[in-house]
Amino acid sequence: MNEPIRELALEGITKRFPGILACNRVSLEVRRGEALALVGENGAGKSTLMNILAGLYQPDEGSIRVNGEVVRFASPADAFDRGIGMVHQNFMLVPSMTVTENVALGMKALHRRIRLDLKEARRRVLEVSAHHELPVNPDAPVWQLSVGEQQRVELVKTLCLGARLLILDEPTSALTPQETDDLLDRLRRMMAELSIIFISHKLNEVKALSDRVTILRHGEVVFHGSTADHSTAELAALMTGRDVVQPRNEQSGAPGREVLTVRALRVRGDRGNLALDGLDLDVRAGEILGLAGVSGNGQRELADALAGLRPVESGSIRLDGAEIAHASPRRIIDGGMGYVPEDRHHEGIVGPFSVEENLVLKDVGKAGFSRHGFLRPGEIHRNAEELRERFDIRCSSTAAAAGTLSGGNIQKVILARELARGPKALVAVYPTRGVDMGAAEFIHGQLLALRRSSAGILLVSEELEEVMALSDRIAVIYKGRILEVLASRDATRRTLGLLMAGVPLG
Amino acid sequence: MGRRFRAFYAAAVIAVAALAAATVVALVLEAIGASPWATFRVILTGPLQDRFGITEILVRSVPLILVALGVAISFRSGILNIGAEGQILIGILCATGVALAVPEWPRPVLLPLCLVAGALGGALWGGIAGVLRAKLDVNEILSTVMLNYIAAQLYTFMLRGPLIDPAELMTGSGTPQSMRLPRSAWLERLVPGTRLHSGLLLALVLAGLVWVLLWRTTLGFRMRASGAGSKAARYAGIRVERSLVVAMLLAGGFAGLAGAVEVLGVHHRAIENISSGYGFAAIVVALFGGLHPAGIVPAAIFFGLLLVGADMTQRSAGIPANMVLVLQGAIILAIVSARMYVDDPYARQRAARLLGRFLPGGKAGA
Repeated sequence: MNEPIRELALEGITKRFPGILACNRVSLEVRRGEALALVGENGAGKSTLMNILAGLYQPDEGSIRVNGEVVRFASPADAFDRGIGMVHQNFMLVPSMTVTENVALGMKALHRRIRLDLKEARRRVLEVSAHHELPVNPDAPVWQLSVGEQQRVELVKTLCLGARLLILDEPTSALTPQETDDLLDRLRRMMAELSIIFISHKLNEVKALSDRVTILRHGEVVFHGSTADHSTAELAALMTGRDVVQPRNEQSGAPGREVLTVRALRVRGDRGNLALDGLDLDVRAGEILGLAGVSGNGQRELADALAGLRPVESGSIRLDGAEIAHASPRRIIDGGMGYVPEDRHHEGIVGPFSVEENLVLKDVGKAGFSRHGFLRPGEIHRNAEELRERFDIRCSSTAAAAGTLSGGNIQKVILARELARGPKALVAVYPTRGVDMGAAEFIHGQLLALRRSSAGILLVSEELEEVMALSDRIAVIYKGRILEVLASRDATRRTLGLLMAGVPLG
Repeated sequence: MGRRFRAFYAAAVIAVAALAAATVVALVLEAIGASPWATFRVILTGPLQDRFGITEILVRSVPLILVALGVAISFRSGILNIGAEGQILIGILCATGVALAVPEWPRPVLLPLCLVAGALGGALWGGIAGVLRAKLDVNEILSTVMLNYIAAQLYTFMLRGPLIDPAELMTGSGTPQSMRLPRSAWLERLVPGTRLHSGLLLALVLAGLVWVLLWRTTLGFRMRASGAGSKAARYAGIRVERSLVVAMLLAGGFAGLAGAVEVLGVHHRAIENISSGYGFAAIVVALFGGLHPAGIVPAAIFFGLLLVGADMTQRSAGIPANMVLVLQGAIILAIVSARMYVDDPYARQRAARLLGRFLPGGKAGA
């Protein structure tokens, strides 16, 4: 067991990347038994800072002290030797191996020449899991585990390696509300023996778990203080540098006819399983239908099928009355379907293409942008300048490669392209995942504006706050079916959470 | 980081890469007992001494330009055509076959017909790989390389069988070559007394057209989108598979046309070893030229210089002309490694900081 970390301090850490100063003389400290929340928008430098602490990056300037002694981490192994362990946002587990094998991978002490002492590893897993009340089955292959269980395996793994300070990078981003509460509970109990640095931008979780909070903005510490003394609104303002008013659906106006109807839809997933098994759904003109669910319950397959990118096994999809279940993507697009895909970098834009080109990606063949098969560069440029203004796309020029833009701005490019086409129905998949609060606010505003212009919107999201703030009705998807559709005003975090976990109402 | 510094950095990296390639070749030359300096001097300046040398460089550059244009189209569309060598051979066979089948037809009909036949033959050969990739997801690198073998055997068979010059059979010498093509099918010579033919003009015009195709038409836009981001292109309703097939048809067509131009402009009959590796050299030319027509033309002329220069070293200094293949290989390695550094912003920033240290007050990194 490593020596306990009584005090850990980062002093004046500076880290540069090409073109940006990721961390600028950042200092923070954590004491034993304390939880520090590290809060900031995307690109504020949180992850860079923690990667430095975990030994993945070396700082350009500044030092790290553990118990008063200056240390240097050349690799994650060095950090582990001093008791610092990080649980990354994307789990670092080998799916085909068992829990024990995954833990044993990192335990150097168990590797004897050519033999690996799996018995000892299994004993350690059980010991740690019992001690910290983190139930895991040491013999289960990781791929069989739910996301929440995998999260526990990550924690057990990190603790088995002797971590006395846990760094958790957005640990709740893939969890249901119940799983989140459960995780926060366990973490609180573990704090008797450990220190925790908790990276998040969900301020209610920050309030629930942390003792102190450090807020980063543009690579600098802008605030440091006790969590209890500040409201979430105050923290949000400090985080973004201004007052944040998240737009809400005012629920006015009666919804119109159905623009998107899905009946008994069956679609296979990538592994040949039935990812959608008899799904029914209606989206009406002038409404936002939120689709809540833990990711992996068929959202991706549904969105693909609606866009014509995944073959439909059986069932029907109607867009404004026209059957599109077996239509080509082109026909669906021409029929008035808009789509904001999940993976914006690869599905939403052609990275090496300029912003201009990406803005006409779907419509380059239309009369406005080409004539007799020849492009009209002047028109394409004019269109881009107009949309850049209207959607507040921040880029050095519209000729810049779209892939070099920030995530929020890429999302604005996609949204601009889709909304400018005046869609009858729009499918938006995780539209604000990973974008900062300012961009999220803008995107939400645009979706609400589209709703007012009588389009039907299917909003796929795993953020309950987002779904509840924007939707008229909320459908909960579980294992390829809609479990329940609620009016937004009747939905609470608790009911939605239960439904997302597959528990039917009443 | 300033635009000027970036250009300077790219130029510096390429210069270092060129130097590295030259060093490798110098070592090889040293090892076979030749003088690197003398060899380099002959290769780089020998062909520029007289009119013959200069026109010969252009003669060599014609097929390189044509094939490289096709390669650029295919690479830009996301399909790697390694099969130009085979497509060239099929182009030669088709052009030769047409010219010999209807030799009496008038020149204004026969010549274009031969060129079109060559292009169609190459397009067909390339199209096979395109369709296999689009419909069955067969890796195009495998299929085009295999099609090269088939084309080579087919070519040999045709020259020794159906297409063989009857005179060869009568005299009994049996050289595998076709009959001489009718004069009405020849591309005219641009400079009397040299081999420079009007295929050069055709290649230059087509270079312009390829630029228009790729950057000024909706078809080219969709093909580039398919190559630069196939997933996003598909989500945007672009038929990526169609782009792949069209790209391979065009790439094969350009290679086939290069074969036709070579036989109609230079050799005037189908003989063995006409292509002499143009299909592979053109891939280097296309990459060296940045997959852009404006870069491909000078790159092809530079490689034409290397090819002619290598021939001269063989005659003047007894260095095997195959040494130019070593040079080509070294250049490919140098380009690929140089590109890693040119595209790497981290390396660029390190260089800027390093430079800043040596030039106090300098603002290279600003």
